[in-house]
Amino acid sequence: MMKFRRMKKSTRTSFFTYALVIVAFLVIQILRGTVGIGSLLEGQLIPICAYIVMAVSLNLVVGISGELSLGHAGFMSVGAFAGCSMANALQNVVAAEPVRLVIAILFGALMAALAGFLIGIPVLRLNGDYLAIVTLAFGEIIKTIVTNLYVGVDGNGLQASFVNDNTKLAEGGIALIKGPMGVSNAARISSFVAGFLLVMLTLIIVFNLVNSRAGRAIMATRDNRIAAESVGISVTKYKLMAFTVSAALAGAAGTLYGCSQITFAANKFDFNTSILILVFVVLGGLGNMWGSVIAAAALTILPEALRQFSDYRMLVYAIVLILVMLATNSPAIRSFFIRIFRREKDEDGPSRSMKKEAAK
Amino acid sequence: MDFSSLLLGLLDNLVRGLSLGSVYAIIALGYTMVYGIAKMLNFAHGDVIMVGAYICFFATSTYGLPPVVGILLSMAVCTVLGIVIERLAYKPLRQAPSLAVLITAIGVSYFLQNAAQLLWTSSPKVFSSVVPKGDVSFFGGQLSVTYLTIVTIVVCVVIMLVLTFFTNKTKMGKAMRACSEDKGAAQLMGIDVNATISITFAIGSALAAIAGVLLCSAYPNLTPTTGSMPGIKAFTAAVFGGIGSIPGALLGGLLLGIIEIFAGSYISTQLSNAIVFGVLIIVLLVKPAGLLGKKIREKV
Repeated sequence: MMKFRRMKKSTRTSFFTYALVIVAFLVIQILRGTVGIGSLLEGQLIPICAYIVMAVSLNLVVGISGELSLGHAGFMSVGAFAGCSMANALQNVVAAEPVRLVIAILFGALMAALAGFLIGIPVLRLNGDYLAIVTLAFGEIIKTIVTNLYVGVDGNGLQASFVNDNTKLAEGGIALIKGPMGVSNAARISSFVAGFLLVMLTLIIVFNLVNSRAGRAIMATRDNRIAAESVGISVTKYKLMAFTVSAALAGAAGTLYGCSQITFAANKFDFNTSILILVFVVLGGLGNMWGSVIAAAALTILPEALRQFSDYRMLVYAIVLILVMLATNSPAIRSFFIRIFRREKDEDGPSRSMKKEAAK
Repeated sequence: MDFSSLLLGLLDNLVRGLSLGSVYAIIALGYTMVYGIAKMLNFAHGDVIMVGAYICFFATSTYGLPPVVGILLSMAVCTVLGIVIERLAYKPLRQAPSLAVLITAIGVSYFLQNAAQLLWTSSPKVFSSVVPKGDVSFFGGQLSVTYLTIVTIVVCVVIMLVLTFFTNKTKMGKAMRACSEDKGAAQLMGIDVNATISITFAIGSALAAIAGVLLCSAYPNLTPTTGSMPGIKAFTAAVFGGIGSIPGALLGGLLLGIIEIFAGSYISTQLSNAIVFGVLIIVLLVKPAGLLGKKIREKV
């Protein structure tokens, strides 16, 4: 316990987050083994893991690096299509599904990282709302390109065509990407355990990056670009590092998600998906990783939990979203809560937070 | 293909592009005015377009009112809607970080789309054009331009002129420009900042209603998500021209419309969106504040 106290606050936060994810995973596994969790939640488990990874990786860009990205689903798309194509191409070569999944996720992450790196070079020259709109534009471009892409593989090797399907596959060939029809998976190789491991890996990567020299440099460029530059931090290098890592993780999440579906198309990863993930990040708190984890999980389940409202559920979702933003950000409502809080505290005698305030 | 038919084809695409661009420009004006004064990206703007189109649809098709009444009614409803949204959702967040306001705007957008889906179902409505069908022929019938195209372009030009006059010559317009420059100083000069912001939202929403009616007259398929893609495109147009600048919104909207139609005709319909966004990216890389945007120098 003493050792725990002496830890740095950042270490404690990361340990708390790991513990949170591990406990949630164990509880769900035990429930699944005993009483069951219902088919609705069962089907949502892998998407929840994928969205958690998406939210944490977007938080790296929006919260830690301080750049608003509206095209995060684009990287998920790249990862999903690249990774699942790889998995399907290897279906007769690599028999073991977990091995195939690992190869697919690595490939998806690599391709998404490449896309993130190439997009990041021009995008990170801009700032503020202009950067946001350019990431939105790249997200839409990725969606359009993937929708018009046809890729197949047969005995003669890889074949690809654009806009019109000109891939003439020989006997036994596999159509990997079928334009607007997307990808049809040979087998659903994603599993909840794989999702859990990916979430843990993402958290380890992000926490270690944030609490390293590079992470502090990234946060310095966020807080004051000019001051950071003046002490010799290369702004472009560190922003690009955050952007690329984030894209790679999003690509891994995309592969995980894609391989859990029977088929999926590029329309799944559109502007609305990017916005959905941004909502997770903002509701969870900028720069707060465990907040992102909880928000992503809760908001993926919420529309399902609101099923009793049937037609009204998305309306209720919208109202909840607006009310939460108003409640957490409006000065009037905030001061109202603070007043109530203080009254309670006064009855209990001065608390630590009161003393802290008095010290100010 | 001989030269004259090539030229006629170009001209035809140019007119169609101008028409689509005019609609984008009218929507982009709403974005840019709100951004200029409230410094927020109002993502719900696209859905106000959809509401405007629905109101006009019911007024003209269900109740058989004349188109002009339908347009005025939808402008009135959208104006009220714009003011109500601003008062309830955005005003409490005046001091909040911009991301919080952005998410709230997204919440409002979801709300409008789902409310529309509940009220009017998601099955598409066929919008009947508010402009009588027919066209004008040029060059001895080689080039025909529909009345709707002409009306759209004329409406856009008129709105542009009125807005320029309004912001430059009237007292309210002056108040708006003052608020967009420095809210604190404007308040010290006796300008009611809240009222000015409300009026900006009202004007933007009324323009959205007009844009919705014109858009659905050209593309008659009306669903609760009709407004979202034109909304994003118009937002792009506003950034393209330099967000916060009224002439910029016009220029951005028109260019975007022309690029979209040309890309669709000469390159590929499926890729036209990608080309539009690609051009936007290139423009922003060369001119990071948009075509007519002011470059703000950073002081240390």
